[in-house]
Amino acid sequence: MTQNFSDVLVIGAGVVGCAVARELSRYALRVNVLDQAGDVAEGSTKANSAIVHAGYDAVPGTAKACFNVRGNALFEAWCRELEVPFVRNTSLVAAFDDRDLAALEALRLRGARNGVPGLRIITQDEVRALEPNISRAVIGALLAPSGGICCPYGLTFRLAEHAAANGVTFHFERRVVDVARAADGLWQVTTADGGVFRTRAVVNASGLYADELNNTVSAQKLSITPRRGEYLMIDKQYAGTFRATIFQVPTPLGKGVLVSPTVDGTLIVGPTAEDVGDKSDTRTTADGLRKVVESAARVWEQVPAGGVIATFSGLRAHGDRDDFVVGEAPDAPFFFNAAAMESPGLTAAPAVAVWLAEQIGKRLNAQRVTSNVHHTATWKPFREMTDAQRIAAIADDPSYARIVCRCENVTEAEIRAAIRCRIGARTLDGVKRRTRAGMGRCQGGFCTPRIIAILCEELGLKPEQITKFGGGSNLLVTTHGARPATLGLSPERRASSVESREPCHD
Amino acid sequence: MTDVDILIIGGGPAGLAAAIAAHEAGCRNVLLLEREPALGGILRQCIHAGFGMHVFKEDLTGPEYAQRFVRRFHELGLSAQCDTMVLSVTPDREVTAVSPAFGLQHFRAKAIVLAMGCRERTRGALQVPGWRPAGIYPAGQAQRFVNLDGWMPGRRVVILGSGDIGLIMARRMTLEGAKVLACVELMPFSSGLTRNVVQCLDDYGIPLLLSHTVTEIHGRERLEAVTVAQVDAQRKPLPGTDQRFECDTLLLSVGLIPENELSRAAGVRVSEVTCGPLVDEALQTSVPGIFACGNVLHVHDLVDHVTIESTEAGRQAAKYAQGQGEAGIPACQMLQIRDGAGVRGLVPQTVCAGRVADVLPLMFRPAAVFKDAAAVVRLDGEEVLRKRFRILTPGEMVRLVVPKEVLERHAGAGELTVGVEV
Repeated sequence: MTQNFSDVLVIGAGVVGCAVARELSRYALRVNVLDQAGDVAEGSTKANSAIVHAGYDAVPGTAKACFNVRGNALFEAWCRELEVPFVRNTSLVAAFDDRDLAALEALRLRGARNGVPGLRIITQDEVRALEPNISRAVIGALLAPSGGICCPYGLTFRLAEHAAANGVTFHFERRVVDVARAADGLWQVTTADGGVFRTRAVVNASGLYADELNNTVSAQKLSITPRRGEYLMIDKQYAGTFRATIFQVPTPLGKGVLVSPTVDGTLIVGPTAEDVGDKSDTRTTADGLRKVVESAARVWEQVPAGGVIATFSGLRAHGDRDDFVVGEAPDAPFFFNAAAMESPGLTAAPAVAVWLAEQIGKRLNAQRVTSNVHHTATWKPFREMTDAQRIAAIADDPSYARIVCRCENVTEAEIRAAIRCRIGARTLDGVKRRTRAGMGRCQGGFCTPRIIAILCEELGLKPEQITKFGGGSNLLVTTHGARPATLGLSPERRASSVESREPCHD
Repeated sequence: MTDVDILIIGGGPAGLAAAIAAHEAGCRNVLLLEREPALGGILRQCIHAGFGMHVFKEDLTGPEYAQRFVRRFHELGLSAQCDTMVLSVTPDREVTAVSPAFGLQHFRAKAIVLAMGCRERTRGALQVPGWRPAGIYPAGQAQRFVNLDGWMPGRRVVILGSGDIGLIMARRMTLEGAKVLACVELMPFSSGLTRNVVQCLDDYGIPLLLSHTVTEIHGRERLEAVTVAQVDAQRKPLPGTDQRFECDTLLLSVGLIPENELSRAAGVRVSEVTCGPLVDEALQTSVPGIFACGNVLHVHDLVDHVTIESTEAGRQAAKYAQGQGEAGIPACQMLQIRDGAGVRGLVPQTVCAGRVADVLPLMFRPAAVFKDAAAVVRLDGEEVLRKRFRILTPGEMVRLVVPKEVLERHAGAGELTVGVEV
């Protein structure tokens, strides 16, 4: 019982839940995080546009407007501190006719009221000077200098690492089925596997499922509709085609199809916006992918079909109030919502986390701790190193010289580190999102067997136990006399490579 | 910085043949870099027979074929460095590589032979809609699982695409106890060798569904089924033709892409048709001293042709390294080589007729299936060579040789075309 007691229980390990947990770890509070998936960032966080929005879209005075602008201001420092990529590449909203130009002016005014810095409307010539490859159909644009791009799952993973370094405990594959007030006034949270978590306060950061949790404890009902967005990823070969994130004038369903570079050097094109009935329906469709290309063509006339390396879709948690629902539920004391966090939810996450942690800290009369770990070490990607750094890294650990993923130049050392850290990878996708191994143009065609072998060595598993993303997503089937996974290393070398390295150093 | 005469990137059949040829042409400072722990390339996992009919007049397995070259390579005292990944190649032929044994290394080469092979097209590139579960593999990756790792990717299999690896894997998975339900091909013809269709599908009663494609992937965690539909002449799915195949594995054999990221970064110009470097009759790329051969140049179907081509690349690289490259040969008019009707991806793309030693080999793929057709070579429009074929298909590369005398007779010509005439 004791081990399942906490001061705060955060439900959901997406970017919002992990950011809240990290901010709460600055207080003398015992914090647990639950997630139904086997890893952090498995919901909306892993499949969105990865944009740090400037904040001109939201209606002034809404939670969206407030947290968007504040979140944008925090983002750069957070990413620097956590050593994850962030680029303030600026955003453009493209206009195609006079009506669009009028809409840009409305957006500019709205942005100014929201406190977005530096917004201005630029002419066709200015647009073309900034983006020489943009379609000639673009006759003007709103320029938002504070718009940026980030890596949502990389950020989330590092937030979880930092939270864990400061005592936050993560419980994966725990699906919450009930939240109820116990006789002693504590919240009692029950999970599908029969687990019971008792806690003084609950943070509802459960993404698409946040309405269901809220509605079990509050009479102020919420309804969340999964709004699906389909995307195409374009190979690095096309890096540099566009520098800014290019939106089109928004429609009632969302910000429309954008074209943007990613922090990894690829380009992202999408999303569609389609309300679906099922909160787990992340299928792509022939129709949706075609719409993405057709719509993007207004900005990027020839989205190169041969350059597509992956397609995916994600679900945004669209709330019926058309705004984030953030804060303590009025009729459920100590139940804090971070709900309906559709776009700009990612941008807003740091601001929401800081504000919520303050509210919770006050309500629980918690002191801020002074002995926190300020920085958790991470590995530096080989592909980003200079020659001198590479030589030093290899001298320290020869497995830095063994390239496992050749498209992204990810080394064995990075993959082992991604498995050995606090919130370590347990699956092929977990390795992929922490290291980029398998995310390049061959999509794991060459590195998958090697990563399976490393996961087996590190976790003491058999190849047929390795999954793509947990659950029943096993990569192989059991056969008689299957061979153990090896990298062709001698037993001595395997032993030494496992023992000689510490996990992450603080 | 280590100086070498010839640096060969890739230790598959192309790199091995080039290294051996360079040595036999008198080069003694040849180094081969290979990223896998052993030489042999993809042949190591091709444990089926059918290799070597042209070069050795024998029917060998992939590993046997490779071993003949590996043995010769070692007999000649050639040196290779395995487990070594090349990180960059510059236009002035400086190469950076990394390996656990030697760390970060820099080489300067008088000549470089690109022999990196190819990779498989992925589901992402095809944009097959649906869920994204485990159990979808490029056929070559599944081949590696089964033949090198001893792992089994699944039990009920559908194969999308009828490339040679997919056909080979249909048989291989069947022999390993899996049930292969169908091989689904978008085009109205197989993209693989006819002998593979017969020996790997027909002999095992596996249906080949031509003009069909996979239109949806089902299964949230592990693949559960695929929807297959017939397509029209524009390759669009026809409504009402859906069939559902319950399966746990989908293998993709939908094309191979030459791996030219290093080449592009070195400034080598790459053809949009072959996806390989543009080369001249010496298999030299647009960057002097950098040569290309094997599947990095264009995707072959027979390793024998890779060997023949790569032997020439190795010989030419040796000439270049020994200072007998372009400098030693009088300048001559360049002949542009262009795909005519029914022909795709002619290699080489330019020829200096004066430098052709004996014969000029031309390789291409037919753009469609042609019966009782002729491949016709024309110089500035005038027919100079005609070869008849009972059948031409995109799955089988055509190799024509133009005698030097033919080129000499038309010394002033500016353009050579090859077309298919029915």
